[in-house]
Amino acid sequence: MKMSGAEIIIKLLERQGVRTIAGIPGGANLPLYDAMGKNGNIKHILTRHEQGAGFIAQGMARVTGKPAVFFATSGPGATNTLTAIADAKLDSIPIICITGQVPLSMIGTDAFQEVDTYGLSVPITKHNFLVRSAEDLLRIIPDAFRIAASGRPGPVVIDVPKDVQMAEVEFDEWPELGVPDATPELFHGEIEHAAAMINRAKRPILYLGGGVILSDSSAEALAMAEKGAIPSVLTLMGLGAIPSGHPLNLGMLGMHAARYTNLALEECDLLIAVGVRFDDRATGKVSEFCPKAKVIHMDIDPSELDKIKTAHASVRGDVADVLKALLPHIEQKNRAEWNGRIESLRTAHPMIVPGADDPTSPYGVILKAAELAGEEAIVCTDVGQHQMRTAQVYPFTRPHRWLTSGGLGTMGFGMPAALGAALAAPDKPVICFSGDGSIMMNIQDLATAMEYDIPIKIILTNNNALGLVRQQQDLFYGQRYVASDYDKCVDFIKIAEGFGIKAYDLGNCDDPAVTLAEAIAAPGPALIHVPVSPNEPVYPMVAPGAANSQMIGGENHV
Amino acid sequence: MCKQTVIELSVNNHPGVMSHICGLFARRAYNVEGIACMPVNGGQTSKIWLLVNADDRLDQMIKQVDKLEDVLLVERYDSGHPVFAKMAEFVQ
Ligand SMILES: Cc1ncc(C[n+]2csc(CCOP(=O)(O)OP(=O)(O)O)c2C)c(N)n1
Repeated sequence: MKMSGAEIIIKLLERQGVRTIAGIPGGANLPLYDAMGKNGNIKHILTRHEQGAGFIAQGMARVTGKPAVFFATSGPGATNTLTAIADAKLDSIPIICITGQVPLSMIGTDAFQEVDTYGLSVPITKHNFLVRSAEDLLRIIPDAFRIAASGRPGPVVIDVPKDVQMAEVEFDEWPELGVPDATPELFHGEIEHAAAMINRAKRPILYLGGGVILSDSSAEALAMAEKGAIPSVLTLMGLGAIPSGHPLNLGMLGMHAARYTNLALEECDLLIAVGVRFDDRATGKVSEFCPKAKVIHMDIDPSELDKIKTAHASVRGDVADVLKALLPHIEQKNRAEWNGRIESLRTAHPMIVPGADDPTSPYGVILKAAELAGEEAIVCTDVGQHQMRTAQVYPFTRPHRWLTSGGLGTMGFGMPAALGAALAAPDKPVICFSGDGSIMMNIQDLATAMEYDIPIKIILTNNNALGLVRQQQDLFYGQRYVASDYDKCVDFIKIAEGFGIKAYDLGNCDDPAVTLAEAIAAPGPALIHVPVSPNEPVYPMVAPGAANSQMIGGENHV
Repeated sequence: MCKQTVIELSVNNHPGVMSHICGLFARRAYNVEGIACMPVNGGQTSKIWLLVNADDRLDQMIKQVDKLEDVLLVERYDSGHPVFAKMAEFVQ
C-alpha cells in the first residue's frame, strides 16, 4: 500500500471505530481534512472554537467510555485546545487531540503559526507525541488509543507536522488496533486484608468516585454496599455510580454535601475509598476528614495511593477487578445500628431544597426537568451554583449519564460536552444546566447545535452574575461584590434566536411547567431561560480549607 | 545537610523525554540537584540518573515518574551512585 501520512491517520482512526470528529481546519492540518474528505466514512463537526471541539470529544468519551478524537491546526488552533485537554487530564477522560504543526524543517524557527504544542501539552496530557515521520504514524496512532484508554484513562496529544501529513509511505499491512492494556494483577493478600477490615468494621462508609464510573463497576459497587449493608457517599465524579433513591446512598460528600452526609462521615470507623483521589472539594481540611476512621484505598493508579491521605490498607488494581474479587469475601450483614444512626442523622439534618415545587426556582427547575427528561437522560452542566445544585438534587440513576467538569471546574464545558453526548447517544435526551457566566465561554457553539440540528436542551438559570463567586464574596469577603455582578443584562432569548435556536422564557410565560415540558419535548436544540435571583446561595457550604464538619447554611429549622 | 538519593531511569530515547521528566519535578517544585544521561544499546533507550534530596515527597515523585509512558524502569540508590562521584571531579 502507498498512502500519505494524512490518509494513514484517517484510515487508522476509522479502523479504531471513530465515526465523528470535531475540529477546525487551518493551513497546518488541511492535508488531514482533505484525507477525511476523500475517505468519507468519518463525520466532521465544525465547531466555532477549538475548545468546543475538545469538549465535544469529552462529551463523546464520557458517555461511551471510549477514546474520542478532535482536530486543531497549529499555533492558535493548538493553544485553543489546552483548556479542554487539561480538563480531561484532571477528570481522567480518554480523548485524543490531533494537531497540525509547521513542517519539520521549520520547527524552531518561529514560523507562521508555530507554537511548541508538544512542550505546552506535556504537563496536561497523559502522554504526547511529536510525529517525526509518516511511518511512525503506524505505531503512534494505535499507541495513542492504547494509552488514552489503559489503566487510569487520560488525554493524548499527537502533533503532526504538515510535511509528515503529506509524505507518502509504502507499507504492507495495517498495524494491530490500539486496545487498552490488560488490567494489573491483584494481590490476594491485599484483597483479603481489606475484606477482613470491612467485615470487622462497625460503622463503615463506601466512598465512591469517578474510578467506579470509568471502570464500569457500578453494579459491583452496589452489590458490595448491599451485601455488607454499607452506606455510601459519592464524589462529584461518582454521581450515578449507585442510584440516588437507594436507601444506602447518602449522596455527594464534601463542600456542598447535605449536612447528614458530612456528619455521617465524621462518625464512620472505616472509610472504603474506591476510585477516588481525595480531592480537597470532597475532603475539606484533610487532617480533619473522617477523624475516627481507618482508610482502605482502592485505585488503579498507584501514585494516588497515599498521595493525600495515608491509607491503613491499599489495594492496587482496576476497581472493577478489585470489587469483583472482594465481593465473595464480604460478609452479609444488616448493620442495623449503624444504618439506624444514619437514618436519624438524615432526619435531623436533611438536605433542604428551597423552591423544590417551583419550576422557576433554581432547584425547582432542575427537579422538574429531571421529571420531564426521564431516567434515560444525559445531564451536563457548566460550572457554578447551577452545577452544585444539580449535583445535590438531580435524581441520577445510572453511570455515564452525568457529565460535569469536576477536577478543573471549567466554565464553558457544559454546552459543547452536551453536543458530544448527543452525538454519541442520539437516542437519549440530553439536557445541559448552565449559568449566564458559563454559557458565554462557549456560546459560539450554539451555531454548531443549530447547524447539525443536535437536540440538546440548555436550561440557563440567569442570575446576571457569576453566582458561585458572588456567593464566596457574600460569605467570606464582606459582601463586596467585586467583578461578580453584571451591571447590564444581555438578552439570551435574542442571542439564541440569533443563532437559529428555539428559545423559551420561563420568566415570561403563563405556565412554566408546561413551557418547560414543551421545550424538552420539541425536536432540535433549545435554550430555556430561567431568570433567578443572585441572592440565593447554594447551601450547605464548607468554606475552602475548612473541615467538612463546619458547614454553613442549610440547617433544618422546622 | 539533607540526605541525597539517586534515581536511575531507563527511558525511551527521543527528544522530549527529558522535558517530561524535568517538567514533572519542576511542576511539583522538587529540585533536581544533578542530572546525567547517556544513550544505551545503540541509542534506542537511554539511562538517566537524577540526584535528588530525599524529602518526604520522594516516594510520590518516584510513583509519578514511573507513570510516564517513556519511562521503562525506575531504580533507587539510597546510598548514592558512582556516576555522580565521577562527575563531581569535573566541577571541583
Ligand atoms: C474558565 C473559568 N473561569 C473562572 C472560573 C471561576 N468561577 C467559578 S464559578 C464562577 C461563576 C459561574 O457563574 P455562572 O456560570 O453564571 O453560574 P452560577 O454560579 O451563577 O450558577 C466562576 C467565575 C471558572 N470556574 N472557570
